[in-house]
Amino acid sequence: MADTRRPLSPHLQIYSWQVQMVTSILHRATGIALAVGTLLIVWGLLALAGGEASFGQFKTCIGSPLGLVLLFGWSWALFYHLCNGIRHLVQDTGAGYAIPQFVRSSWLSVIVSVLLTVAVWAYVLSAGGAA
Amino acid sequence: MSAKDLRNPLKRALGLGSAQAGVGHWWTQRVTAAGLVLLGLWFVITVLGLLHADYATAKATVAKPWNAVLLIAFLVTAFWHAVLGLQVVVEDYVHTRWKEVSLLVAIKFLAVLGALASVLAVLRIALGA
Repeated sequence: MADTRRPLSPHLQIYSWQVQMVTSILHRATGIALAVGTLLIVWGLLALAGGEASFGQFKTCIGSPLGLVLLFGWSWALFYHLCNGIRHLVQDTGAGYAIPQFVRSSWLSVIVSVLLTVAVWAYVLSAGGAA
Repeated sequence: MSAKDLRNPLKRALGLGSAQAGVGHWWTQRVTAAGLVLLGLWFVITVLGLLHADYATAKATVAKPWNAVLLIAFLVTAFWHAVLGLQVVVEDYVHTRWKEVSLLVAIKFLAVLGALASVLAVLRIALGA
């Protein structure tokens, strides 16, 4: 049995906040949210296969205020995880590890994800809303 | 190979390390990520195209052969990637061994059920059953 009284690393509140830390935490958080959100896709497909009545029920649920809030949250989570995921794939090649580059790409992930989310929902609104 | 390397050549060739899994988890997570960049964008664009679509249009869109194929690829890749990602989160934060193993197994069961159910739904729609 390993000695479990090993020294622990300091907890989150010990560190001062910086964007690289936020992007890392958000990548995990959005990953977990997207894993849960995948169940919405499963539900939608089962409803579509189940017939017109069940699909109508599904549309009513995701068109409700709570449904739209979840959809909005998941759309940002998807775009954030996508942008930051591409950032990580680039970093996996060994590129972009100088601290200024690391900070810049962190901000780029956050900003581009917000822009993509705004663009998608602007399109939805211009097409007459989601519901 | 250095003359001082005491490892068996077979161990080096297999490249599986002390955990016997090598870089399999890491590499699969990256490959599914690369796939999901393309499939995820396709999925978002397809869903946006279905805005205000009625039941028949939505069903016909999913039933198109290429859409059905890409949708199944998206679902399988997404669940696979999710299992790999959630596994790392559980391994990092759940320190009681039986809880960790139970959670890992539960996540795998749920993901397989979710993938199977959604793929079956797509097949039912695509094959018109």
